Amino acid sequence: MHLIGSTIFETIDYWANTLTNPTWLFPISIVLLILSLRYAHVWTRPPIAIGIGVFLAALVAYSCMDWPGVDHSQFRESITKADNLPIIIILTLLYITYWISLRKASLNDARIAQGKPPLEASEKSRKVLVWPDLVYTELIAMVVCTAILILWSVAVPAPIEEPANIARTPNPSKAPWYFLGLQELLVYFDPWLAGVVLPGLIMVGLIAIPYVDRNPKGNGYYTLRERKMAIFVFLFGFLILWVLQVFLGTFLRGPGWNFFGVYEYWDHNKIEPLENIDISEIFYVNILGGYEPDSVWVRELPGIALVIIYMTVLPLVIARTVGKKMFRELGAIRFGIVVNLALIMAAVPLKMVARWLFNLKYVVNLDIPEINLNI
Amino acid sequence: MLKKVSDYLRGTQVWKSIFRHGPPTTARNRAMVMLANVFLHLHPVRARSSGIRLSFTWCMGGLTFFLFLVEAVTGILLMFYYRPVAASAYTDIMALREDVPLGIMREIHRWGAHLMVITVWLHMFRVFMTGSYKPPREFNWGIGVVLLVLTLLLSFTGYLLPWDQLAIWAVTVGTNMARAHPVIGHEGPLEGILKFEDVDFVTSGNDIRYALLAGRFVGEATLLRFYVLHCIAVPVMAMVLMAVHFWRVRKDGGISGPL
Ligand code: HEM
Repeated sequence: MHLIGSTIFETIDYWANTLTNPTWLFPISIVLLILSLRYAHVWTRPPIAIGIGVFLAALVAYSCMDWPGVDHSQFRESITKADNLPIIIILTLLYITYWISLRKASLNDARIAQGKPPLEASEKSRKVLVWPDLVYTELIAMVVCTAILILWSVAVPAPIEEPANIARTPNPSKAPWYFLGLQELLVYFDPWLAGVVLPGLIMVGLIAIPYVDRNPKGNGYYTLRERKMAIFVFLFGFLILWVLQVFLGTFLRGPGWNFFGVYEYWDHNKIEPLENIDISEIFYVNILGGYEPDSVWVRELPGIALVIIYMTVLPLVIARTVGKKMFRELGAIRFGIVVNLALIMAAVPLKMVARWLFNLKYVVNLDIPEINLNI
Repeated sequence: MLKKVSDYLRGTQVWKSIFRHGPPTTARNRAMVMLANVFLHLHPVRARSSGIRLSFTWCMGGLTFFLFLVEAVTGILLMFYYRPVAASAYTDIMALREDVPLGIMREIHRWGAHLMVITVWLHMFRVFMTGSYKPPREFNWGIGVVLLVLTLLLSFTGYLLPWDQLAIWAVTVGTNMARAHPVIGHEGPLEGILKFEDVDFVTSGNDIRYALLAGRFVGEATLLRFYVLHCIAVPVMAMVLMAVHFWRVRKDGGISGPL
C-alpha cells in the first residue's frame, strides 16, 4: 500500500487505516478533546454542531459502502453485528449529550463573565408543580423508550451462536462490549493490574471525586470555565480511557487481539512480531552497554526505583512546584490521594506510549515464583 | 357525552374509594395526587423548574430506573421458560423464539439491558457535568457508583445464561482476570505468601476464581451460580441501593440547582 493510492478512495482508506492505529488514534483524540473544550463556545453553536453530526453520519455511511478499488466489507460486518448496535447508540447519544452540556456550559460561562447568574439560577425561585410538569415528561420519556425498545426487538433478533463448547476457542474471544476497555488494558498490563487493581481503583477514584474536588463553584449548573481542571480529568478518563477503548476493542481488534485499521480485512494469519523488552534490559544493555545481572532483585532495581520515585518523590515534587496552590487548598492527605490516583491514571497512557516508542513490556518483572509480580 | 360518563364514574363509590381527591385540574388536587399515590410520592409536590427540565437531567436517571423495571418484568417472563442446567439452557433459549407466542421477550430483555448500561453511563456523565456530586450530594454519588457497578454485573452475569459460544467465552475472558488477583488468585502476585512448607493454600481448586465459577472452568455449576446471582442476589442489592439513592435525592434537597 502506498501513501497515495491509485484512486482517491484507496488514499482515503490508507490514511484511515493508519490514523486509527492506537499510536495515532490516542494523540489525535486527546487533541480533539482539548480543542473541543477550548473552543466549546464556537463549535457548540447549533448550525456547526449539527453540521459536524451530519458529517460524522455521512462518514459512517461512506464507510459502509464499497468504492472503486476498496472493499469495506469488514467494516460493514463489524458495524451491523447485532451486539455492536449498542455501541453505535451510545456513541451517538454521547455526541448529543456532550454537545448539550458544553453548549449550556458556554452559555452559562458567557453569562457569568457578564456578572449574571447561570441560566439555571434565573429559574431558581420558580417552583412548579411536579404534576403535570415532571410527571408528563417522564411519561413521554417512558413511552418513547418503550417504543424504541419494541421496534429494536422486532427488527433485530437477539444473537445466539452455537451451543457452548469449552473445547473450541473462538478467535478473537471478546468480553462484553462494556468491559472491552479492561480487555484492552490487558495489552499493556498483566491481568492482576488490568483486571483487578485498575478496575478497583476506577471505583475508588470515582467515589473519591466529591471528597477531593473542593471547588465549591459549578454546583448544580453546567459550566466549563469554573471547573476546567476537574472536567478535563474526568473527560480524559471517561472518553479517552474508557469509551475510546471500547470503540477500539470492538472495531479495531481482530483475531489474536491484533490491531486492524478501520477498513482492514481481519486476517487470521496476521502475526505481529513480539519483541518487547523490559526496563532492566533497556537500562543494563541499551544504556550501560553491559549484561543483565543474574540476581532478580538487582536486575529489577531500576524498575522498582522508578515505580517508587513515581509514587512518592513525584507527588512531593508536584506539591512543591506546580501543585503548590492545590496542596495548600487540599491539605496533605487529600493531596496525596488525588495526586496518587491521578498518577496511576496517567500511568496507563504513559505505559502505552512507552510500548509504542520503546517496545516496553515490563517496568518491574519480579518473576520469582512466590512473588510473581509484574508491572 | 364523554363528560357525562366520566362525571358518573367519578361519582361512584368504587372510584372514590380509589382516588380520594378530585381530578388534577386545580393546584390543590395536583398536589393531592402526588401525596396520595404511593408511587408518585417518590417525587416532591413542587420542584425547581430548572431541575426538572429535560435539557438538564436528560431524564437519564429516570430511564435507568424504568429500564430496570422492564428488565424485572421481562426477566420474570423468561424465568417461566428457562432452566439453568447445561442440558436444556441452550435449547430453552432457542425455543423462546420459535415456540413461545410473541417471542420477543428475550430481545426486549437483552436490548433493554444494553440500553440500561447506556443510560446509566449517560446519567453519570450528566451528574458530573452539572457538578451535582458536590456537597451535599457526595454520598449519593458514591451510591451511584456502586449502582453503576451492579448494573454492569447484572449484564455480565446474564451474558452467560444463553449457554452458547459467545456466552461461555465472554465469561471465560472476563473471569480469567480473577485468577490473577493478588494473594487470593492462584496465578496472582504474592500468591506464594500463603504457602506453608509444601502446602500451597491458594490453588486453582480454591482461589477466588474458583469461588466465582464454582469450578476450574466455566461449567454447569457456573451456570447455576450466575443464574442465582443474576436473578436474585444482584437485583436485590440494586433494589435496596436504588431505594437509598432515590431517598437521598429527596433528602439532599431534590435535583440540584445553583446554590
Ligand atoms: C441503577 C442506576 C441508577 C439509577 C436508577 C439512578 C436514578 C437516579 C434518578 C432517578 C435521579 C434523579 C435525577 C435524574 O434523573 O437525573 C438520580 C440522581 C442522582 N444520581 Fe443516580 N441513578 C443511578 C446511578 C447513578 C450513578 C452511576 C451515579 C454516579 C456515579 C449517580 C449519581 C446521582 C446523583 C449524585 C444524583 C443527584 C443529582 C442531582 O441532584 O442533580 N446515580 N439518580
